[in-house]
Amino acid sequence: MLNWAIVSPLIAALFVPFLSKYVRSIHTGWFVLPIPVLLFSYFIQHLPLKPYGQTIPWIPSLGMDFQVYMDGLGLLFSLLITGIGSLVVLYSIYYLPKEKEKLGHFYVYLLLFMGAMLGVVLSDNAIVLYLFWELTSFSSFLLIGYWNERDRSRYGAQKSMLITVFGGLSLLGGFLLLSIMSGGTYSIRGWIDMAGAWPEHPLFLPAMLLILLGAFTKSAQFPFYIWLPDAMEAPTPVSAYLHSATMVKAGIYIVARFTPIFAVSPLWVWLVMGVGMATLCWASFHAARQTDLKGLLAYSTVSQLGLIMSLLGAGALAFHGDLSDRRLYTAAVIAAVFHLINHATFKGSLFMAAGIVDHETGTRDIRRLGGLLGIMPVTFTVAVIGSLSMAGIPPFNGFLSKEMFFAAMVQVANADWLSLEVWGALFPVLAWVGSVFTFLYSVLFVGKTFFGAPKPSAWPKQPHEAPAGMLVAPVVLAVLVIGFGLFPNVLSETVIAPAADAVVNGLLRGEGLSVHISHWHGWTTEVWMTIGVIAVGALLYKTFPSWKRVYGAFPEQLSLNRLYDASVRHMEEQSYRLTSAYMTGYVRTYFVYIFSAMMALLIATIALKVDWGLSFRHVAEVGVHELILVLAALAGTVTTVAAKSRLVAIIALGSVGYTVSLFFVLFRAPDLALTQLVIETISVSLFLLCFYHLPKLSRHEKGVRFRLGNAILSLGVGALVSVIALLAYSEKNFASIAQYHIENAYEKAAGKNIVNVILVDFRGFDTLFEICVLAIAALGIYALVKLKAPKGESGKYE
Amino acid sequence: MNELILRTVTAVVTFIIILFGIQLFFAGHYYPGGGFIAGLVTAGALVLLLLAFDIQTVKTMVPVNYRMLIGVGLLFALGTGLGGVVFDVPFLTHAHGHVMLPVLGDVSLHTAVLFDLGVYLVVVGVTMTIIETIGEEE
Repeated sequence: MLNWAIVSPLIAALFVPFLSKYVRSIHTGWFVLPIPVLLFSYFIQHLPLKPYGQTIPWIPSLGMDFQVYMDGLGLLFSLLITGIGSLVVLYSIYYLPKEKEKLGHFYVYLLLFMGAMLGVVLSDNAIVLYLFWELTSFSSFLLIGYWNERDRSRYGAQKSMLITVFGGLSLLGGFLLLSIMSGGTYSIRGWIDMAGAWPEHPLFLPAMLLILLGAFTKSAQFPFYIWLPDAMEAPTPVSAYLHSATMVKAGIYIVARFTPIFAVSPLWVWLVMGVGMATLCWASFHAARQTDLKGLLAYSTVSQLGLIMSLLGAGALAFHGDLSDRRLYTAAVIAAVFHLINHATFKGSLFMAAGIVDHETGTRDIRRLGGLLGIMPVTFTVAVIGSLSMAGIPPFNGFLSKEMFFAAMVQVANADWLSLEVWGALFPVLAWVGSVFTFLYSVLFVGKTFFGAPKPSAWPKQPHEAPAGMLVAPVVLAVLVIGFGLFPNVLSETVIAPAADAVVNGLLRGEGLSVHISHWHGWTTEVWMTIGVIAVGALLYKTFPSWKRVYGAFPEQLSLNRLYDASVRHMEEQSYRLTSAYMTGYVRTYFVYIFSAMMALLIATIALKVDWGLSFRHVAEVGVHELILVLAALAGTVTTVAAKSRLVAIIALGSVGYTVSLFFVLFRAPDLALTQLVIETISVSLFLLCFYHLPKLSRHEKGVRFRLGNAILSLGVGALVSVIALLAYSEKNFASIAQYHIENAYEKAAGKNIVNVILVDFRGFDTLFEICVLAIAALGIYALVKLKAPKGESGKYE
Repeated sequence: MNELILRTVTAVVTFIIILFGIQLFFAGHYYPGGGFIAGLVTAGALVLLLLAFDIQTVKTMVPVNYRMLIGVGLLFALGTGLGGVVFDVPFLTHAHGHVMLPVLGDVSLHTAVLFDLGVYLVVVGVTMTIIETIGEEE
């Protein structure tokens, strides 16, 4: 059943094009809507959770089966994917007009993505997970480039594809290393069970780094976040769904899923926590400078993902330390899971609100917006709820998870191992700074859009409140924001506890992982930090215009986007330059490459492998006739090479051929001699024919130009082949099989001409194909000569 | 140009060359020779005709489509091989033996000769196709 739940969106995607083509009166989205809704109700039936798995054989011989397993983490993500998916589909029905948009494409991509994402979070087989992972990259690429007639869309789609596929491939590498370490299994649960003995394994570190690279690129962590702001060219429902609630959390999912395997490594803790924290600060700082609503939300997504990532890093500390520490740091995991849910709700609603503003006013530029409060009261309410939750203001759910975040970071500062006693104090400070900027951009988002004086002249459209259908989804999310804020414990035992338990892999088994989220702990450090965030954030907002110039101080040349663009451009240019440097188009250059490569490989092989033991024990007596013929052949060869005119070269070549024929006579090969004689005659006449037909213009009778390189190369090849022949001859260790032919030619094949018996009887198969070669050559010549395209029409068939 | 001598000599010599070719062909299994060289020699005889006369005349004298000859030759070679398969032995297994024929009496026959005949026809066809094609081209 679970397997079918995962692939059902993919199957449904097959039918969407027919619906969008033949049922034109109804918006295709209405047909798509039941799928995520049904899936959501299916997944919610699993509460309270009893983990279970299922396997459908796929390639059992390679250990690759469609193996699914649902635990707390998988269920949490499935609920997010299907729940937010339903709302996004509903929203998109009102957002995308059915007359103008290619709805069939849109919903196919969206369903592909939904199925892929469910596959990522529910697969227990790493290879299947990877397949679904790439399918998310791929469908996200299609969705970002949905308006493919726009340059920016194509640029954003390509950028996200390059970065996430780069990460996806390194993830695959990590999986393969883990599979090697585990002796061939691909089951993630199997890996987790085996993980205890791995930290000493030489492949442990590379596997960890590769998997982290995959997770960081997908989750837009520093410095790989650059694709996400450009992915905002997608339609807003896509941004809300993929780039805030689901796909960017796939990396979070991977980190959470592999925590039980890698958390014992201090490097994992430091990398996850450090990169997460750096991303949080960097992106929240840059979010405040954005003038595009979706750009602001993109940076805020990046920073919130950094927050969750750093919490997972802090949670990995639970695998160090003693029992009381375990409980303390598991709280960080709980905070991460809780913030994951909260972020999905408020960011989804904020994107939808931004989409409504865009849809109704025609612009997303906050310099042109303002004063929409009176015009769009409902959108305003949604945006305020979302922003305040994002900023971490009570009583919304963002406040709770931000408090838990501060608490966890203060805990990290108190840890006294893994060098945290030295550097740990940085984390609460950075977390606090990041939160101040989070507060700032949250307030900017609402303030610049809805407050201030209306600027009707700057708006492309005359705005009014969005239609009710478009408002349903953001309102539902906003209600959830408030609901989870007021009654967080609805979630705590049902969803958060099993998810956190899956992350720490029952580390607290027997201790009972109890989650209780309360609004008020007394006057703790984190409360003071929150008060400080609000105070300083408000101050920064008030004085924002006066210090905005700080952003200009950062040199644009050094920004990561510049770096990305420059490296892509340089790679293209350098590849082009390299290719045009060695692919000259001259056959002689390629011959130089081929012969040089052949010499290099053969010389290296001889130098490394061959014993130098030339022996001449097999060599026969040299007679006078042979010597004379050798001299004749040499003379012919030298004449051919040194000839000034082509005619001389052709005749000299013929003389070499007839000498060879004499050699055959001398070495007692009458059949060969006969054939060589006739063939040489024919080929010399053909040469003469070619010579006669050379075009008049370029028929300069010039000698061969001397090039030192060519001379060295040809001497080298000649010497090398001679040496190999001598070496091979002196290594002749086995008797030839010719004796068999001599003895059996008459007995078995009724012939006395052994050569001919071999040709037609013992090895007739070769002869069969040699006459085929001749036939093909003749037909080729016939076709070349007879089937010439008429002059001036040579390009006709290209 | 009067080519009387050439043509007269050709008329005599061509037969000798063709007979030599046939001799090479049939002697091939016991003495130097065989389908390949026999084919080349036969083609040589035809080339001599081409030299003495023009292409149209030779086509009337020897009305053979040489491209067809290639196909027939390949069929002979392949058919000899497939004949073995019919008798449930591996491809290209030859059979030989003595057969009493009505007129000729005791004759030693060998299927390899059929294979060689294929080679012969292909070689004649190939050589003549090449030479004729190039010769006809302006």
